[in-house]
Amino acid sequence: MSGDVRLDDAGPETTAIEAARPRERSSLARGADILIRTLTPVLLALVTGGIIIWTMGVNPLEFYGDIFYLGVAGTGWQKTLTAMAPLLMIALGLIIAFRAQLWNLGYTGGYLLAAAVVAGISPDVMSVLPFGVGVIVLFAIAIIIGMILGFLPAFLKARYGTNEIITSLMVSFIAISLANILVKGPFQDRDVTVPQTRVLPLDMMLPYIPGTRVHVGFIIALVAVIGFHFLLMKSSFGLKVDILGASPKAATHAGINAKKMIMIVFLLSSGMIALAGAIDMMGLWGYMRTNWNPGYGDKILPFVFLARLNPLGSIPLVAFYAILATGGTIAAQQAGLSVDFLLVIVALILIFMTVIEFMGNRRDLGKSYLPAGLFKSKKAEASA
Amino acid sequence: MIEFFSETFLTAFIVAVLASSIPLMLAAIGETVGEQAGVLNLGIEGLLLIGGYFGFIGTLSTGSFWIGFLYGMLAGIALSIVMMVLCVWLGLNQIVVGIGVILAGTGVSSVLYDFNFASTKPRLGLDTPWRIPFIADIPVIGPGLFSQPGMFYISVIIAVLVSIWMYRTTSGLRLRSAGQKPASLDAAGGSVLRTRSFAVLFGGAMSGLGGAYLALISAGTYTPGMTNGLGFLAIVVAMLARGRLTWVALVSIIYGLFIAMGTVLQLTTLDIPIDVVHMMPFVAVLIVLTLFTRRSALPPALAIPYVRGAR
Repeated sequence: MSGDVRLDDAGPETTAIEAARPRERSSLARGADILIRTLTPVLLALVTGGIIIWTMGVNPLEFYGDIFYLGVAGTGWQKTLTAMAPLLMIALGLIIAFRAQLWNLGYTGGYLLAAAVVAGISPDVMSVLPFGVGVIVLFAIAIIIGMILGFLPAFLKARYGTNEIITSLMVSFIAISLANILVKGPFQDRDVTVPQTRVLPLDMMLPYIPGTRVHVGFIIALVAVIGFHFLLMKSSFGLKVDILGASPKAATHAGINAKKMIMIVFLLSSGMIALAGAIDMMGLWGYMRTNWNPGYGDKILPFVFLARLNPLGSIPLVAFYAILATGGTIAAQQAGLSVDFLLVIVALILIFMTVIEFMGNRRDLGKSYLPAGLFKSKKAEASA
Repeated sequence: MIEFFSETFLTAFIVAVLASSIPLMLAAIGETVGEQAGVLNLGIEGLLLIGGYFGFIGTLSTGSFWIGFLYGMLAGIALSIVMMVLCVWLGLNQIVVGIGVILAGTGVSSVLYDFNFASTKPRLGLDTPWRIPFIADIPVIGPGLFSQPGMFYISVIIAVLVSIWMYRTTSGLRLRSAGQKPASLDAAGGSVLRTRSFAVLFGGAMSGLGGAYLALISAGTYTPGMTNGLGFLAIVVAMLARGRLTWVALVSIIYGLFIAMGTVLQLTTLDIPIDVVHMMPFVAVLIVLTLFTRRSALPPALAIPYVRGAR
C-alpha cells in the first residue's frame, strides 16, 4: 500500500489513523466493484420486470429476446445509435447539473420547447441560409431557449436559495404547454388536418454518417460528451463544479463564486438538454406533433446515476437504454403491453441501484467524515 | 350562450372549483406532514396516479365509492413503504428514490390500465351526495357546498384534524421537531425513525386518497397520466404554505378557481386554447415563488437522512 507515506516521525494519532485506513485496492478490483455495482441493479430490475410481465401472461425470456433482437440485429443497431443522439445530450445535461448537486428536473420542457421551435422555424431557416450556417443557427437558438428556461430556476437558487427542483419543474410544465401552443398556433402546417409543424425536407436534415442511416447528430452528441468529460473530470472548472456539489459553503470558503457557478452550471445543463431537442428534430423527426412527448429525460435519469455522473461512463449505459427503448417499444406493442412498461423497468433500476449503493457503502457510512481512531484516542486520553 | 351568474351556473362553478381543489389539498396535506417531519416526498405524482388507479378498480369492481377510496389509500400507503424503507430506515437519497416512486407509480398504473381496460375504457357513475339538511337549501352555495359527495366532508375534516394534530398535540410537536432538529427529538427520547416513518405513510395515504378523489369524483374515470403535474403542484403548495394547513386549503382553492375559470373561459367566445388553461396554474405558482421566495421556507432538516451521532 501507500509506501511513500512516511510514518517514522508521526505522532500516535496519525499512526492510528494510517493503521485504520482501508487498504488501497488495485484499479482492477475497483473496476470490478464498479462493474458489479452497475450491472446488479440492471439485472435485478430485468428479473423483477420479467416476473411482472410473466404474471401478465407474457413470456419474459421471449420478450427480452425480442427487445435485444429488435434493438441490435438487422438495422436495429442503426436505430439504436440514432436514438442515442438526444439521449446522450440529455444525459450530459443532467450530469453537468447533478455533479454540482443542482437538481435540474426541467428536462422535459427544455427538450420539447426547443424541439417545437426548431421544428417550426427550420424549414424557413434552412431554405434561406446555407446548410452549415443554418444548422449552427438552429442549434444556437435551441441552446438559447434552454438557457432562457434555465435562467429563472438558476437565478432564484443562486440569489435566494429557492429549491431548484420545484422551480425547474414549474418552468418545465410551462414550456410543455408553450410547445403545444406553438405547434397548434403559429407553427402549424395548415395543409394537414392533424396539428403538426411543416415537415423539414430530407435534404435539409442532418446528413447520414456515410454507409449508415445514422445521422451525424450521433457524432455531435458523442463529441460533446467526450469534450465535457474532460472539462468536468480534468479541468479546474470541473473541480469547482465538484466542490460546489460537495458543499456550497466550502466552495465559497475556497474562493469560488458559488452564485456565479450555480448560474453557469444550470445554464449549461439546460442548454445541452435543449440542444438534444434540436438534434432530434433536425436528425430524426423533421416535424413535431402536439402532445408528443418521448419522455427521454425521465427514462435516462437512472442511467445517469448508474454512470456515477461520469460522462464517458454514461455512453455504454445510454446505449443499453437505447436498445431497451428501440426494441422495447416494438416488442411491447407485439406483446400487447403498454410502452410504459419501460418506465417500470427504469423505476426498478433506480430503486435497486440505491439499495445496492447502500449495501456497498454501509461500512463506510459512519466513518466517512470522522477520522479513523478518533474516538479511541479520546477514550485513551480520558482514562489516562 | 350560457347564462353567466345564473343560479345553476354559479352552483356548477363552485362544484368545479372544489372538484379540482380537493385532490390537490389532500396531496398537499400529505406532503406538508412529510416535509414538516423532514422527508421530502417527490413521488406525489406517482402516488396520486397509483391511488387513482386502485381507487378506480375498487369502485368499478364493488360499486362502492368508499371501497374505492379505501383501495386508493391502501395503494398510496403500499407505494410509500418503498420510500419509508429506503429513505427513512436506510437513509438513502430522497430525491433519487422520490423520482423512482414517480416513475414506478406512473409506469405501473399505466401498464395495468392498458392491460385491463385499454379496449373498454369504462366510466364510473356519480357518487350520491350527502345533503346536509336545511343549509343545503340556501340558494347557490347550498347545493354547491353542502350537497357534496361524502368524501368531500371527510377531506375537510381531515384538514382540520391534521392542523390540530400538528400544532396542538405532543405527537405533532415531535413531528415538527423531526424536521427542525432531529437530534433534539432523539435526545428528548422520541424516535426520529418512527416519527418520520409515520409521516411518510401518512403522506402516502393522503396522496392515495387525493388520487382516488381525482379519479372517482372529479373525473369519474381513470386515464393514464391524468394528474398532469398535480403532484408537483402539491409539493409547491406545501412549500408555499410552510406547514400552515389554512394556507394549504387556501392555495388549493385558488388553484381550483384557476382551473374552473379556465373551463368557463373556454365556454365563452374568447376561444382560449386548452394549453393556456393548463399552463396558468404553473405560471401563477412560479410568479408567487419568484415574488415571495424566502430562505427559511423549509424545515432545516428537510431531505437530510438522520444518522445518530453524525455532525
